[in-house]
Amino acid sequence: MPKVLRADNMNKCLGCFTCMLTCAAVNHNNHNLAKSSIKVKTRGGLQSKFAATVCVACKEPACAEVCPTNALVKRPGGGVRLIEEKCIACEKCVSACIVGSIHMDYDRKIPIVCKHCGACVRMCPHNCLSMEEVRE
Amino acid sequence: MIGTDFIRVLYIDLTNKKADIQERKDLYKYLGGVGVAAKLLEENMKKDLPPLDEQQPLIISIGPLSTIFPVVTKAVATFISPHTGEYGESHAGGRLAMAIRNAGYDAIVITGKAQKPTYLVITDKTIEFKDARAMWGLDVEEVGRLIREREPGPGKRSIIRIGKAGENLVTYSCVNVDTYRHFGRLGIGAVFGSKNLKAMMIMGEEDLPISNLKEYFKTYQEIYKKVTQTDAMAKYHELGTPMNIKVLNAINSLPTKNLLQSNFEHADDISGETFAEKNLIRKVSCVGCPIGCIHIGQFRREFDKGYEYESIAVSYDHELIYALGSLLGIKTTDEVLQIIEEVELAGLDAISTGVVLAWATEALKKGLITREDTLADLEFGNTMEYIKAIDNIAERVNEFYYTIGNGLKEAVKKYGGEEFALLYGGNEMAGYHTGYAFALGQTVGARHSHLDNAGYAYDQSAKELKDEDIIDYVIKEEKERAILTSLCICLFARKVYDRPTILKALNSIGINWTDEDLTRLGNDIFFTKLKIKKELGYSLENYKFPKRIFETPTLWGKMDEQKLNRLLKMYIERVEREYENWSRGK
Repeated sequence: MPKVLRADNMNKCLGCFTCMLTCAAVNHNNHNLAKSSIKVKTRGGLQSKFAATVCVACKEPACAEVCPTNALVKRPGGGVRLIEEKCIACEKCVSACIVGSIHMDYDRKIPIVCKHCGACVRMCPHNCLSMEEVRE
Repeated sequence: MIGTDFIRVLYIDLTNKKADIQERKDLYKYLGGVGVAAKLLEENMKKDLPPLDEQQPLIISIGPLSTIFPVVTKAVATFISPHTGEYGESHAGGRLAMAIRNAGYDAIVITGKAQKPTYLVITDKTIEFKDARAMWGLDVEEVGRLIREREPGPGKRSIIRIGKAGENLVTYSCVNVDTYRHFGRLGIGAVFGSKNLKAMMIMGEEDLPISNLKEYFKTYQEIYKKVTQTDAMAKYHELGTPMNIKVLNAINSLPTKNLLQSNFEHADDISGETFAEKNLIRKVSCVGCPIGCIHIGQFRREFDKGYEYESIAVSYDHELIYALGSLLGIKTTDEVLQIIEEVELAGLDAISTGVVLAWATEALKKGLITREDTLADLEFGNTMEYIKAIDNIAERVNEFYYTIGNGLKEAVKKYGGEEFALLYGGNEMAGYHTGYAFALGQTVGARHSHLDNAGYAYDQSAKELKDEDIIDYVIKEEKERAILTSLCICLFARKVYDRPTILKALNSIGINWTDEDLTRLGNDIFFTKLKIKKELGYSLENYKFPKRIFETPTLWGKMDEQKLNRLLKMYIERVEREYENWSRGK
């Protein structure tokens, strides 16, 4: 069965950002965590809890629906896959994603979209993140 | 910059609201962190002007491994210390190193003085000088909140700021970094204050491509595994540094009540274990560190009858529990946290504040100062009175508080009591009364910090105390630590980052250094700092240790004054000899 990323245990988060650094490195060949598709931040200053913005793996992804060039295609289990060559960087997917999971990489002129690859999960020291099996 | 052969320096001139960027190939051999920051200080300082003159520079730097390898989390600041008048260096974790990296800089040099209170916004796209007049007088928490609300970039930014103590130029005022971390020692807060600089916000989305992902990520994972799956760093996550309280207390090494004692009858009540059981609510990390050593403790305070409570959370560590706990005779964890909160909001260095107040407590009892001076009944164990005094220090409310706001060195010049003033090299004592290596180490260390060379660790692990061995250790360890801090590796990870690991990490990102290069670097940094100090008039000739340290037993019994003086002399002679050789080679 396909797997999708879940961030269900964020109360345990230390704020080390290793998940983001790993995602940016492995998926975007970049050291800047601004390139990460998982985004950890506080709910308002370090005295508050941490929250993670992740792709929730929609079965009917709005981002794909608004894409004028079919650069975003449904992936098994939910969410989307980006076909870079088809992307014209119109940014429609960014505003269509109401959980705020997609943002632009202006250097490469493509949206940063979670692949549900699980790299962030493997590098989370507190098991805040997990990969969950889902039906297609 | 990663993958280049230069150090990218951002120069900010507050007087003229201008900035300049230089790509400095010549600085590359100093790698980053302390190496680069010390060189930039040497170039930019005005040795004949006072520390708080507006022309004096303030430098912050990071290293080539910053954020991109586990536990490489520190940013380093250098400045002329208004506290000692000589070399000032301070390290802070949090998010600052990440933010500087992502903004695309290796170092920042700030000079001049803003006409009006200002906060800086630095990103990869902008450098802005913003009006902070309304923030002047606000505590660090409130300033943090205002900037968070006004500026973009949650999760990617770092906000550093000063409190009233920095504004009022207290020479041991600190800079708060991202709520729970600090540039603590030696008065960098006053350097900010003297420049009318209330705060800085830094963030960036600079493109930082990885040249050899396979090699880099393989090395990254090896180090990550060592950090998270061995016991090399376990203690920092579990009880954290407060585990030292019980350990030091058991071996007569926990400075208590202005070092009238070296063990504390209430040590168990303020131990790391007690904090963990009663107050610990969460642990957090600096960016890039999977450990989570920042322990947050919560206490509640009744503000009215009828079960009316407020709850407050502050971070705690060994040094704070010592300086604002045992040294002041504070008996409960809740009270220690209350004092920490006050120090935090005022923007003071916790160690210096505690040591100054411990001296004042004894000076008051001995009649060197009066209740009219202190405006508070300073007495060991009396939390509420210390809280009043802390606010008075930050506000500098009268002549007495003005004087002690310039540190213990100034206080004893005016009021006496030198014999019980816990000063090592002009800086207030850290929390280890372990013996000779600590006493010597903090005195001679480049910034007069226990972390320069960890003499306390030598005292605790040595089988016997041979003079030569102590000197060797203190010098060798400081040079080795100069390598770690030039890379901005958190010293808690020093067991993880041995030399082969450092070289592997450097090589994996294309910096093909060798073991000899590291040795050369440690040596160069050690003597560059000494050169800076000498130019600022530093000398340990005629140095006198405070009497109190010889009166209270250490782990090794009472220290012999003659032996410590002999050690100091040996150290001076040895380092002078080495310095001559180094200078000739330059």
